[in-house]
Amino acid sequence: MFERLVHALRRAGVPVSLGEHLALLGALRAGVVPPGTQGFYHLARTALVKDERHFDRFDRAFAEALGGRPADAPIEIPEAWLRWEAARRFTPEERAAIDVRGGVDALTEALRQRLAGQDGRHEGGSHWVGTRGTSPLGAAGYAPAGIRLGRGPGRAGRALKVWERREYRNLDDRVGLGTRAFQVALRRLRRWAREGAAEDLDLAETLRATARNGGWLDLRMARRRRNATRVLLLLDAGGSMDAHVRRVERLFSAARSEFERLESYYFHNCLYERVWRDNRRRHVETLPTVQLLKAHDARWRVVFVGDAQMHPIEVTHAGGSVEHDNAEPGAEWLRRAVARWPHLVWLNPVPEAAWPSTASTGLIRALLRGRMYPLTPAGLREAVARL
Amino acid sequence: MDPTPGQPWRAGPPGPGFEGTATYIATPDLIVAVNAAVALGRPLLVKGEPGTGKTVLAREVAAALGRPLIEWHVKSTTKAQHGLYEYDAVARLRDSQLGSERVHDIRNYIVRGKVWEAFEAPAGAVLLIDEVDKADLEFPNDLLQELDRMEFYVHETRETVRARHRPVVLITSNDEKELPDAFLRRCFFHYLRFPDPETMARIVRAHHPDLGRDLLAAALDAFYGLREVPGLKKRPSTSELLDWIHLLLAEGVAPGAVRAARGGRSLPPLAGALLKHEHDLGAAGGAPVAGRVG
Repeated sequence: MFERLVHALRRAGVPVSLGEHLALLGALRAGVVPPGTQGFYHLARTALVKDERHFDRFDRAFAEALGGRPADAPIEIPEAWLRWEAARRFTPEERAAIDVRGGVDALTEALRQRLAGQDGRHEGGSHWVGTRGTSPLGAAGYAPAGIRLGRGPGRAGRALKVWERREYRNLDDRVGLGTRAFQVALRRLRRWAREGAAEDLDLAETLRATARNGGWLDLRMARRRRNATRVLLLLDAGGSMDAHVRRVERLFSAARSEFERLESYYFHNCLYERVWRDNRRRHVETLPTVQLLKAHDARWRVVFVGDAQMHPIEVTHAGGSVEHDNAEPGAEWLRRAVARWPHLVWLNPVPEAAWPSTASTGLIRALLRGRMYPLTPAGLREAVARL
Repeated sequence: MDPTPGQPWRAGPPGPGFEGTATYIATPDLIVAVNAAVALGRPLLVKGEPGTGKTVLAREVAAALGRPLIEWHVKSTTKAQHGLYEYDAVARLRDSQLGSERVHDIRNYIVRGKVWEAFEAPAGAVLLIDEVDKADLEFPNDLLQELDRMEFYVHETRETVRARHRPVVLITSNDEKELPDAFLRRCFFHYLRFPDPETMARIVRAHHPDLGRDLLAAALDAFYGLREVPGLKKRPSTSELLDWIHLLLAEGVAPGAVRAARGGRSLPPLAGALLKHEHDLGAAGGAPVAGRVG
C-alpha cells in the first residue's frame, strides 16, 4: 500500500524521496495517526508532500493507491461546451425547464441521463462525442469512455471522500521554470551590483581585528554593499504571449527583493513608438517610447520578453504593425533601444530549436546582435551573465 | 470537514487537550500534522494565505503543550547565525579598555540567539521561525544541520551546543520565495486553507460568543461575497473579519444594514476594516473600475 502510494506519487511528478517515506513509517510507528483512512490520508499528506501545488496530485495518487483505479481523469468539461451540447440535444422548452430547475449542475445531470438513454438506443453508443468532428472533445482526441460528465457519476447521493473532493485542484500549477531557480539565476545580477571600491569602514570587522590585535587599532575597509540593480521589463502582450507574460511577471516580481527597482511595460509584437503600463488600459494610458528611453539611462538592465513571431513587415516597414499605423518601422525603435541600453537581452519562450523557422525571430536577433535567449533555466543564466 | 472533534496534541507528559482551544479552531488535518511533527521531532512548515492564523498556531500549540514559546521573527536581513549566537566584539573591546576582568573569558561575549534559547529550555520549547521566506535565499540551507541534528558548534569557545530536549519547531512561510528542496525534505508540511463558512462561523463564535446568529450570518455572507469580488489587491482574511465584527458589535450595527448593503451591491457598513486598499473599496463598491475586462 505504502509503496504503491509512493510510486503513484512519483509517477505524478511529486518529488518523494526515501527520507519522506521513512518519515511516514516513523510517524505510523509513533502512533500519531488517528484510526481510519482519513487520518492516514492527512498524515501521509503531511509527511510526503511539501508543496500545496502538489496536493491535487497527491489526492489522485491516493485514490489510485487505495482503489487501484486511476481516479477521475483530469478532464474538465467547459460550461460553454455543455450549454452548446445541450442546445443540440434538448428542445428549447426542455432547456427552459432545466434552467428553472437550477443551472449547470441540473443541466449536467439531465444531459448525462439523456446521453445514457441514447447509449442504449445506439448499441455501444461510444460515438456520442461526434465522430463527424463537430465536438471539440472528439477533435482533441479523447476517448469518449474517458470523459466523465460533471464530477462523475458518484456525486449523486454519496458523500465524497476528502481526497475525492479535490479541493486543491486550483493550486496545482506546473511551472516549467520554478521561481526559486529564477531567483538563484538573478542573484548573479545582485552580486554584480555589490562590487565597487572598498571605501566604507567595516565597523564590525575593524572591532574584531582590533580586539584580536590586543587593542591596537586595525582599520578594515569594505566594499559598499549597494544593491543598485534596476530592471526594466518590456513584455510582449500579444494574444499568444499572454500565458508566458503572466509567468514572466510572476518570476520577476518574486525576485523583486533582489533589485533596487523593477518596472515593467508592455508592447505588442515589436517595440514601436508607444508602450503601456497596464495591459487592460493599453488604449487609454500609453507612454511614448521616446520618454521611456529618456527616463531610463544606460545603467538599467533591460529585459525584453517576447516570442518574436510576426510577419517580417511588422519589423522592417513603417506602417507594418498589425494594430496601428506606425510612422517608423519597429526595427528603428529596436535599434534605438540597443543604442541606449548596453545591458539588454531578449528572452524568448519559444524553444530555441524553432527559432530559425521564423524569419522575424532571425531579424530581431540580428538587430539585438544575438542577445536572444530561451526562457529556460540555462538560457536565463546565459542572459543574466550577459546583463 | 470531518465533524469528529480534534484529539489533543500528543506530547510527552499528558498536557491539556487541544480540540481547538477557546480561541483557536483546528481542523483534523492540522491536528494530525502537529501531532506527527511533535512525535517525530521534525520541524513543521506551515504555509497559507495571509491572515489564516499561521503565527497564532504556534502560540496555541505552545499553550496546549504547556511549553514556553520562543519566537524568532525573520526579516530580510536576518542571517542564520543570528538565531544561533553572536559574538559581541564591541562589548569586549570596551571592557578591555576599561580593564574589566570579564574580558579574559570569551564566553562573556557570546550572545545567545533564539535557537540556542530553545535548545536550552529545561522542558523543551516551541520554537517559531516566523516568515522564513523573508530572509535571504540561503537562509533555510544554513539552518539544515541545526534543525536536523539539533546541535551546532560555537567556534569562539570550541563548544558544541546540543538540544537538551528536541524543541517543537514551527516554521511559517508566505511563499514569497521558494524554499530549497533539502530544507523541505526535513520538514513536515501543512497548508492552512482558508476556512470554509462553517469553520469560519465556529472561529467567529469562539471570539465573539455573544454574537447574534442573524448578524453572524449576514456578516459571513457579506464577507465571503467580498472575497469573491474579482481583482481585489488584498482579499480580506480571518483577522480582518474578526476586527470588522468587533466594530459592528461596538457600533451596534443591525443585521439588516449589513444585509441591505449586499443586496444593493454597495459596501457593507465599516468596510474599511475589511478592505485596506482604496482600489479595493472602489472595486467592491460596484463603482466602474477602469480596465476591468471580462
